[in-house]
Amino acid sequence: MATRLVEVQKLKKWFPIKGGVFSTTVASVKAVDEVSFFINQGETLSLVGESGSGKTTAGRTLLKLLQPTSGKIIYKGKDITKLTPNQMRPLRRNMQIMFQDPYGSLNPRMPVGDIIQEPLDVHGIGTRKERKQAVATMMETVGLRSEYEKRYPHEFSGGQRQRIGVARALIINPELLVLDEPISALDVSIQSQIINLLQELQQRLNLTYLFIAHDLAVVRHMSDRVAVMYLGKIVETAENDELFDHPLHPYTQALLSAVPVPDPEVKRERIILQGDIPSPVNPPSGCHFRTRCPYAMPICKEQEPLVIEVAPGHTVACHLLTKK
Amino acid sequence: MDNREVLVDIKNLRTFFYTEDGVVPAVDGIDLTIHRGEVVGLVGESGCGKSVTALSIIRLIPNPPGKIIGGEIFFHGEDLLKKNEEDMRVIRGDKISMIFQEPMTSLNPVYTIGDQISEAITLHQKIDAAEAKKRTIEMIRLVGIPEPERRFSQYPHEMSGGMRQRVMIAMALSSNPDLLISDEATTALDVTIQAQILDLMRGLQKKLGMAILIITHNLAVVAEMAETIAIAYAGKIVENASAKEIFKSPRHPYTYGLLQSIPKFTEKKTNEPLPAIEGMVPSPYHMPKGCRFNPRCPFATEKCREEEPEILELTPGHLVRCFHPIES
Ligand SMILES: Nc1ncnc2c1ncn2[C@@H]1O[C@H](COP(=O)(O)OP(=O)(O)OP(=O)(O)O)[C@@H](O)[C@H]1O
Ligand SMILES: Nc1ncnc2c1ncn2[C@@H]1O[C@H](COP(=O)(O)OP(=O)(O)O)[C@@H](O)[C@H]1O
Ligand code: SF4
Ligand code: SF4
Ligand SMILES: [Mg+2]
Ligand SMILES: [Mg+2]
Repeated sequence: MATRLVEVQKLKKWFPIKGGVFSTTVASVKAVDEVSFFINQGETLSLVGESGSGKTTAGRTLLKLLQPTSGKIIYKGKDITKLTPNQMRPLRRNMQIMFQDPYGSLNPRMPVGDIIQEPLDVHGIGTRKERKQAVATMMETVGLRSEYEKRYPHEFSGGQRQRIGVARALIINPELLVLDEPISALDVSIQSQIINLLQELQQRLNLTYLFIAHDLAVVRHMSDRVAVMYLGKIVETAENDELFDHPLHPYTQALLSAVPVPDPEVKRERIILQGDIPSPVNPPSGCHFRTRCPYAMPICKEQEPLVIEVAPGHTVACHLLTKK
Repeated sequence: MDNREVLVDIKNLRTFFYTEDGVVPAVDGIDLTIHRGEVVGLVGESGCGKSVTALSIIRLIPNPPGKIIGGEIFFHGEDLLKKNEEDMRVIRGDKISMIFQEPMTSLNPVYTIGDQISEAITLHQKIDAAEAKKRTIEMIRLVGIPEPERRFSQYPHEMSGGMRQRVMIAMALSSNPDLLISDEATTALDVTIQAQILDLMRGLQKKLGMAILIITHNLAVVAEMAETIAIAYAGKIVENASAKEIFKSPRHPYTYGLLQSIPKFTEKKTNEPLPAIEGMVPSPYHMPKGCRFNPRCPFATEKCREEEPEILELTPGHLVRCFHPIES
């Protein structure tokens, strides 16, 4: 039986927009709007969706790097939503995040050995000697020569910097790693190296990943389960093959059909969506997708569709599935 | 076997940058042929010289530090490298248009998009303001922007990234060019918006018949769009063939490695590692001796480390730069 490592229930994160003379809240960016999902121990859940759909915000709120507006975060059966930063401290080392940008996220004035060691210092783990040893081991683990520890980030390539980011995230032996677009900024021939590294480490160290990405080919290769986001909502969740082979939500269908495939002899049926993604400040009423949905019906404007389980582990939020 | 008229014929183009840190051989052996009405894809990783090739064609290489130091670029049979700036301006306005990755930097934020498209139109055609406005609205409609009359008086910042890219395409096509160069024009867009723009470009190409040079690092985009594909590595074309051939029987070890290494969207999940290309792209300041791919190539021999391979036509229409090409 799979055990749940983390779960969020009706998680909401709204960012207030201040305005007027008294700087009152005039509106909100509904970045994450009542989403629910869970991640089992040792698996990869991917969060996909277009830019601005709320993936990064969901990942950061899950780790409580952002305080949720409402909803619940349950880590190993314990409700951590209301924990103070101090109370979070012992849990912090179990959850790490790695960012998209291998250039911006590393301190340019620190040698990479110190960058990788920093989380150990912060959490006061090990003696000085043990920390040094751990850094050397971790550098080798991610495929960096340990004698490079005195070098600075700018002396490394994009792929190597991403390895430094992985080493830093893994040094305190976390259980959960949020990977926010970890390969998007890399060259094509380097992406596969980092994908392989992430998969190998996951198996070796029994890591749990929340993988945020927009490249659906990579998502298919990496994930156990996939959740699709649109304008702050999760519209569909399913196991990898189920989602890619039998997408049920009209947005998932359009998203998958829009992916170009590297084979000129494959001609795929394409659903071209009209228009742009609306603003998360004023999302459409009812179903957020209805302004671009080829199947929109009157009810879609009036009522928000409920999330229903159509097959074991396959959930969809769309009125088409409840219509008789 | 191609009896279509040749529109662009680039022969051994070399464009270098002379920087404080040394010489960058950004483009050092680019050969490329584009026929009338043909869609050609130029693919390669960051820094391999794709944009420099495009800027060389339209002669907009910043000098200093850049300089085209060799080769020929025939356009309608005439070498663009021998043209003066006056002639080039006419060609850029009339015959060759280019669109870029970030439309915001190429659109002027203080003018409405209507004004900007009208200006592009009146630059090449002697027509009055009323006629220009009429044509502008036609162009806005042509690129699929709803409510063209209202959009005419909007500013770039009032539009989404996809809309702005449509405006760029409208401006680029307003002169009815023979060649459209698209440099990573859809890279920054979301996949559903990318699909819209690619669909638009495909439709307009059929309707207007211009040739397109699509520059991208995305193999899937060229698989869908291009008839012919050129693969660049470290400033050189290493393989050039029909899209079908490139994907079915790649002959250059780099092309082969790249195709093997990308995850396939249509394949079920396995726990097998991807067959990755080891190592990394060489620094432009320290290009390896011999074949530039040799430090990463599993088939490299002593010869590869000493001599530079020429690009050769192995089978009709299939050109490869390699001493030990992969069997087809
Ligand atoms: N103005 C410049 N001064 C110095 N070097 C330059 C200049 N422009 C380009 N280069 C160098 O020329 C080489 C090729 O650059 P180019 O812009 O053509 O790459 P590209 O293939 O378009 O890459 P990308 O996919 O990142 O757009 C790179 O090494 C780049 O750093
Ligand atoms: N700190 C913030 N303040 C205000 N709005 C924000 C903030 N962070 C994100 N947003 C907005 O929330 C929405 C979701 O953003 P994000 O989670 O970054 O999306 P994604 O990662 O899917 O691209 C976007 O509209 C974004 O502009
Ligand atoms: S609920 Fe209605 S608008 Fe939303 S996806 Fe389903 S059919 Fe389309
Ligand atoms: S010439 Fe040699 S090193 Fe270069 S690609 Fe061919 S086999 Fe590899
Ligand atoms: Mg993000
Ligand atoms: Mg470029």
